Amino acid sequence: MQKDIAEPAPDSRRRWLSYLLGGSLGATLVSFLYPVLRFVVPPRTSEPSLSEIDLELKPSDIPPNSGRIVPFAGKPVLLFRTAAGELKAFGGTCTHLACTVQYRPARSDIWCACHDGVYDANGTTISGPPPRPLTRIEVNVRGDKIVLRRA
Amino acid sequence: MSEATRSSSAVPDPAAAPRLSLGEWVRDRLGLQDLARLASKKEVPIHRHTIFYYLGGMALFLFCVQVATGILLLLYYRPSATEAFESVQYIMAEVPFGWLIRSIHSWGANLFVGAVVLHLVSVFFLKAYRAPREMTWISGVFLLFLSLGFGFSGYLLPWNELSYFATKVGTDVPAQIPGIGPLLSRILRGGSDVTGATLSRFYGIHVAILPAVSTLALGLHLLLVQKKGMSVPPSVERKGATRSMRFVPDFLLRDMIGWLIAVGLLAALAAFFPWELGRKADPFAPAPAGIRPEWYFLSMFQALKYLPAEIAGVPGETLGVLGFSLLAAVIVAVPLLDRGASRGKPSRLWDVLAVLVLIGAAVLTVLALMPPGKAAS
Repeated sequence: MQKDIAEPAPDSRRRWLSYLLGGSLGATLVSFLYPVLRFVVPPRTSEPSLSEIDLELKPSDIPPNSGRIVPFAGKPVLLFRTAAGELKAFGGTCTHLACTVQYRPARSDIWCACHDGVYDANGTTISGPPPRPLTRIEVNVRGDKIVLRRA
Repeated sequence: MSEATRSSSAVPDPAAAPRLSLGEWVRDRLGLQDLARLASKKEVPIHRHTIFYYLGGMALFLFCVQVATGILLLLYYRPSATEAFESVQYIMAEVPFGWLIRSIHSWGANLFVGAVVLHLVSVFFLKAYRAPREMTWISGVFLLFLSLGFGFSGYLLPWNELSYFATKVGTDVPAQIPGIGPLLSRILRGGSDVTGATLSRFYGIHVAILPAVSTLALGLHLLLVQKKGMSVPPSVERKGATRSMRFVPDFLLRDMIGWLIAVGLLAALAAFFPWELGRKADPFAPAPAGIRPEWYFLSMFQALKYLPAEIAGVPGETLGVLGFSLLAAVIVAVPLLDRGASRGKPSRLWDVLAVLVLIGAAVLTVLALMPPGKAAS
């Protein structure tokens, strides 16, 4: 017993050395991999935190029963005028798989061509796979300009 | 001078060695005779299903066509959101034979995926995944996934309307995986949206990462095919002794006839149906009507259309993505799951399952190809 403690079996010493070698190799590998993994994940760019924009559009540029996509803080926004003349805006990104939606004058609804999702003029899902309604955007007319604001 | 004399005196007397012709010298120094011996040993069994042995070689050949045409396209292509579309336009309109090279690359991609899929299906039904060839199957399925990755990443590179939205959807699909999904989608997109950053990433994936990984996987796959030899289907095996032919030159020459036909087909497709370029991608335009991905993603695309927003409280598209992943995992693990096949038992259940999956995929693909009932107005 005494002898065992004083003189560990050469086998266990070998194993200890193997662990040491393997462990330091592993640690070296991890220290190489960490920056690589961090490099692969894109940095979070400071999202433009704009909450309101003035469009270069006059209210008369959007005739009744028509729509168009306008950029708002780097994202598409669907701006349209109902047949009754009301201006409305919603986030243009479909809540299903992120395609860009469009206003369909013939049906007065909002349609996503990718997977046939349909929303009504209030942004609520009518049919197809979209799980949530479109994001509401406030529209105001200030003088001769259309102003969009996050609701 | 004296230096040279001294060093040459250290070398064995060249006069003592037999004089070699240039051809013999190259063969000797590269050890080509060993390779020739190896090749002369390779045999291909002859039976009623021998024709399916040509599919692997066909896939390999089409892969080589993709590498060659892809390298040529690199000479003109510019991977940025402002220049990509214009550079492909330039290749198609200005560069001599640019239309040919690009159309062959696009058509070749489709034929390549087709050949890989047919290869997989035939290997499945001929039970070539039985022990000891499980790893050959697994590396092959991995190569199929890599092929789909090539198709998906290459599709975006012309930066046109269709490819832009296909990539938007395709990179939003992994975002549905609970937990790591959103991070995965960010890594793929190089940000939170599909932008020029995504194009840079897909370009790197398409021309560097996937080719490197594919070369390794393909090397392993081919090495395993050589080491384990060609599988003989159980139905043939039960009948006893089979005939075989030499790989070099008998089978190889037959292979080459197939490749020649493939080149002819590619040239004809490129000449009569040059690949379209479409309109330049506009992140602030709605998705165009009639948008759909390449044929090999159509079944998944159609399934995503049919899944309702929510099934028992779980978002429909999450279930869809988990379902696709499960199917992929089962395909990878078939040799481990179908234990009976290795013991020579017919795997009726697996055959039925495979037929059902194939019919399902075919029906969904046809449905996706049908003109949409509700067109945009």
